[in-house]
Amino acid sequence: MTGVLLSASHVTRRFGAFTAVDDVSMRVQPGEVAGLLGANGAGKTTLIRMLLGLIAVTSGRVGLLGGPPDRERRRRLGYVPQGLGLYGDLTVRENLSFSARAYGAAEPALPPALTPHAGVLVRELPLGTQRQVAFLAALAHAPEVLVLDEPTSGVDALARAALWDTIRAQAERGAGVLVTTHYMQEAQQCDRLLLMSDGRLVAEGSEADIIGSTTAVAVRTADWAQAFAALNAAGAPVMLAGRAIRVANADPAGLAEVLKAAGIEASLEPVPATIEERMLMLARGTARGTEPRR
Amino acid sequence: MTYSVRSATVRFGATVALDDVTVEVPAGSVVAVVGGDGAGKSTLLRALAGEVPLDGGTVETPPKQRLGYLPASSGSWAALTVTQNIDFVAGIYGLAGDELAARRAELLDRASLTHAAGRLASQLSGGMRRKLGFVMAIVHRPALLILDEPTTGIDPVSRIDLWRLVSEAAASGTAVLMSTTYLDEAERAAHLVVLDRGRILVQGSYDQVRAGFAGVVTQAGQPVRAEWAWRRGRVLHEYWPGGDPSTPSSPPTGATAVAPDLEDIVIALSLARRNTVPA
Repeated sequence: MTGVLLSASHVTRRFGAFTAVDDVSMRVQPGEVAGLLGANGAGKTTLIRMLLGLIAVTSGRVGLLGGPPDRERRRRLGYVPQGLGLYGDLTVRENLSFSARAYGAAEPALPPALTPHAGVLVRELPLGTQRQVAFLAALAHAPEVLVLDEPTSGVDALARAALWDTIRAQAERGAGVLVTTHYMQEAQQCDRLLLMSDGRLVAEGSEADIIGSTTAVAVRTADWAQAFAALNAAGAPVMLAGRAIRVANADPAGLAEVLKAAGIEASLEPVPATIEERMLMLARGTARGTEPRR
Repeated sequence: MTYSVRSATVRFGATVALDDVTVEVPAGSVVAVVGGDGAGKSTLLRALAGEVPLDGGTVETPPKQRLGYLPASSGSWAALTVTQNIDFVAGIYGLAGDELAARRAELLDRASLTHAAGRLASQLSGGMRRKLGFVMAIVHRPALLILDEPTTGIDPVSRIDLWRLVSEAAASGTAVLMSTTYLDEAERAAHLVVLDRGRILVQGSYDQVRAGFAGVVTQAGQPVRAEWAWRRGRVLHEYWPGGDPSTPSSPPTGATAVAPDLEDIVIALSLARRNTVPA
């Protein structure tokens, strides 16, 4: 397995009777950005914590840089947790100095955008700026593997593009990046996607691979409010896209019946599903869109 | 009924949080406000909720008992159960007895929270807690519903649930104003408002915003002008605003033009403002 930076081989983790991660095998290679997707509770964080050696596996094997995730190998890893892992009571400069020493790296130079904040306590900075500091701290030692847990949550489009520029630059210099996100437009920026549901890895590959055979139906009608109410009452997984209505994984004929019964005229068109709709269908099991609500 | 802020300006000390902002929220539709940290989203929402005094302009909002407001913080009490949280808020609006029980059951069902009714709010997942906050904001059937980043940081399945709840509220005639950092969500709203440093960059339906976007976005491995370029996946996008003689406003021959999506449009307009107006 040369060239694999991060790997899981038939990894399972149980907490008592609960199986958080169930027989997952995956890998991250140099130069690639792999996106890990899944609803809350799908097992993403547990998998990451095992890959990083923060918790033990129940069975299976994880690999970091060609061996177990021990302290020596973890020095070659960069990790930005969801909570950013900064010390709010220390200044920007002090935070960077602390993490550089912990990794045995030189203290990073501040980019122009952060220079005015060097002496400011981290907790007094806006979230977007704190994220820049957390990235800088995680990258100072030029890690070979970068693990990012929701790196751009709550950040505006411009700042998000800048953070992705940084992520891409890391991949281009050969690092392997594993990133979790809840933002599907961001998932589309990854080279490869991994989708988890209920502790299992259920799909892997491109956006098209992830969506698989899931489809959606676009409902167009002058009376969208009525149509929405009727379909929603029938238990269909409806949502609005502008004033158009989408229903994931539904049978157009079934929807047409519901609308006809409610006296609503509408055109129904099968359209490709989105990653989110695929995740919704996974969360609902294999339930068909027009089945009545429990 | 249409609620609105008109020519609203809000200052906090020397900071102009909102600068001459006009936004209308008609009954029965969802208006989405997008923008990052410090763009003025929360201030706009709080201004329409009547929680922030204006330094200029006017606000038209329903009386407090017809207003529902979900703040950016959780909006529920951690030490109370789901049921207790709902009942407490409902009590403030005078809902009690059978009427409250029926309303609570209906909302818990719609939010898929029925199984968690007895659970402490502190023991809910992030997505469930936001759905509880939504239920508490809408329990009294407000005419205007204001939601401050209801979906930030929660998983896609809970996001879809929340969007379904928001859509239901609008379909039943509620005026909804919500903020989000997710541009794909803003595309779903009937009307979107893009805020940047207290000013409106652009507003309208997604189609109007796209149609009104001037200039060209190109795609390349290397940008011609770095300060006009941004990252999209493996490639860079670059904005050529056109019309301004002081900048090279047209792309070089042979450049690959792309059809800009909302993300591109927001970034391009933000860059144009930064590159032509000092902060």
